[in-house]
Amino acid sequence: MGDRALHILIIDANRIRASIIEEGLMEAGGARVTVVDDTTGLMRRILELDPDVIVIDLESPNRDALEHMFQVSRAAKRPVAMFVDRTDDASIEAAIDAGVSAYVVDGLKKERIKPILDTAIRRFRAFERLRLELDQARSELTARKRIERAKGILMRTRGLAEEEAYALLRSTAMQQNKRIVDIAESLITAAGLLGGEDG
Amino acid sequence: MSPLAPAPQSMVVRLGFMPLTDCAPVVAASLLGFAEAEGLRIKLSRETSWATLRDRIAVRHLDAAHMLAPMPIAANLGLTPLTDRLVVPMALGCGGNTITVSATLWSAMKAAGAPTRLEAAGTARALAEVATMRKRRGAAKLVFAVVHHHSAHQYQLAYWLAAAGIMPNRDLDIVVVPPPLMPDALAGGQIDGFCAGEPWGRIASLAGTGRVVTTNVAIWRASPEKVLGVGKIWAEENPDRLSRLVRAVHKASVWCDDPANRTELAGLLARPEIFDLPVAVLRANLERRIALDDGQEATVDGFLNFAAHAATFPWSSHAAWFYSQMVRWGDVAPSSEGYERARATYRPDLHRAALAPLDVPLPTASAKIEGALAAETAVPSTTGRLSLGPDRFFDGGVFDPERLEAYLEGFPLKSHPAR
Repeated sequence: MGDRALHILIIDANRIRASIIEEGLMEAGGARVTVVDDTTGLMRRILELDPDVIVIDLESPNRDALEHMFQVSRAAKRPVAMFVDRTDDASIEAAIDAGVSAYVVDGLKKERIKPILDTAIRRFRAFERLRLELDQARSELTARKRIERAKGILMRTRGLAEEEAYALLRSTAMQQNKRIVDIAESLITAAGLLGGEDG
Repeated sequence: MSPLAPAPQSMVVRLGFMPLTDCAPVVAASLLGFAEAEGLRIKLSRETSWATLRDRIAVRHLDAAHMLAPMPIAANLGLTPLTDRLVVPMALGCGGNTITVSATLWSAMKAAGAPTRLEAAGTARALAEVATMRKRRGAAKLVFAVVHHHSAHQYQLAYWLAAAGIMPNRDLDIVVVPPPLMPDALAGGQIDGFCAGEPWGRIASLAGTGRVVTTNVAIWRASPEKVLGVGKIWAEENPDRLSRLVRAVHKASVWCDDPANRTELAGLLARPEIFDLPVAVLRANLERRIALDDGQEATVDGFLNFAAHAATFPWSSHAAWFYSQMVRWGDVAPSSEGYERARATYRPDLHRAALAPLDVPLPTASAKIEGALAAETAVPSTTGRLSLGPDRFFDGGVFDPERLEAYLEGFPLKSHPAR
């Protein structure tokens, strides 16, 4: 096999994650990258595209179909090895650990594959970190909204000023050794049950 | 069962499964107190592909999993990545698969004389006739789906087709589709038939888009189906925890076999985190009912067998049979080392060691001649009495694991040997 640009195929139902990985692989240079999402007709697309390396999300239900294609292709013109090199367990483990799996055409040199895998793993991890931060930010926003709502209920039903309402929530939380948002949540539920508020 | 303190971290087992009716023993072991009674806590993890279950065990995200019976063998033979990392200390029963075809294909098969009550030989003959007629007309090849290449489904389907003269991938294409997507793929015309575990055949049948034509127990009366695949290093490092796990899942398997528990079991499996399907569909599976057409049903004796007749015993002759089919279809080049490695993947020794304290009758043999029993037969056991159920192949084939080459020579249809 010569040193022409490798063709890398990324299969990921998550478009944003796929483009983050794609960008990383393009930056690394020397490769042509195609992204497809994880849908029907995938196997035919792969045959048409004829990639050297396939990077696929570990959660993809299409992994079993891919493995079948490779098992059948052993007899075909271009056998696809499952991974880089059977002896290179460390790379395989690192990839699976990060949530990606990779399939490579037989005969490609380990030195050409390793940087690709490493980049894919790094980018995959970076995306997961981003997602975690986003989830956190989202749940903080939801918490703030719930607390605002609970304050509103207290202000209306007990005639409290905003700061007083918040102080009451906070002191109750401290007494009960709970988070303010949990107290707010109980209060909203209770108000809903009592019919004074739509929950 | 009395509530126990949570198991210490050292007694946790991380166990993966796929949503199919035969995941029942591991789900019941985890959720109904069988694990706790053994001082274990099972953390269940539902996965989206068999490949990922296998790989997660290899990298030790999981300790064990509900797994396709041939999959650990294929992995240990190096057909898939991260080789030699799995052992099989127990089987998870036999039976449970249907071969289901599209309504269109069923009409053609009926016209070709297909029997209507799930007989394997007659339905295969009718299918062969349809395939031949299509070829003569120049119509596209039929496409059948299985759940993974290294699955009991793949080898059962190929066995059934080949017995009627249909050469897989020459006369009919075999593809892989995830089980929950089978009914839609059939309805959408992407596939003409599939072999998958229930409830997916039933769901296609009830939707009117498919017809169950035969079952894996019609093809091979005692066909092994799923196993408990365990990380090899984990098993070596945690012999006590492994024994507890095997005992818990064995007790759960016996519980799953009891008709008195079917309603509760169906309810358990229907839960959103397991199947997220209607209870009635799962209960029908557990009652061994197969949906035919026009609202008719057939109850198939022995269709799903969790524990009876030593169904949890990991026969090395089962591993040997799967190896024989891998060689037959060119998945692996035959070698005596490979054959030994395949057989050694199944571990009757670990099974016996784990169940020794339970006084369960277990076979004294680790391998048997497959396909030799026409009726229930008593066999020598470690304790008490044990009988094995009938285990005939529909074409009368008999597999002696000591005579692998002769067995392979007997098949008129096979692929070229793998390199």
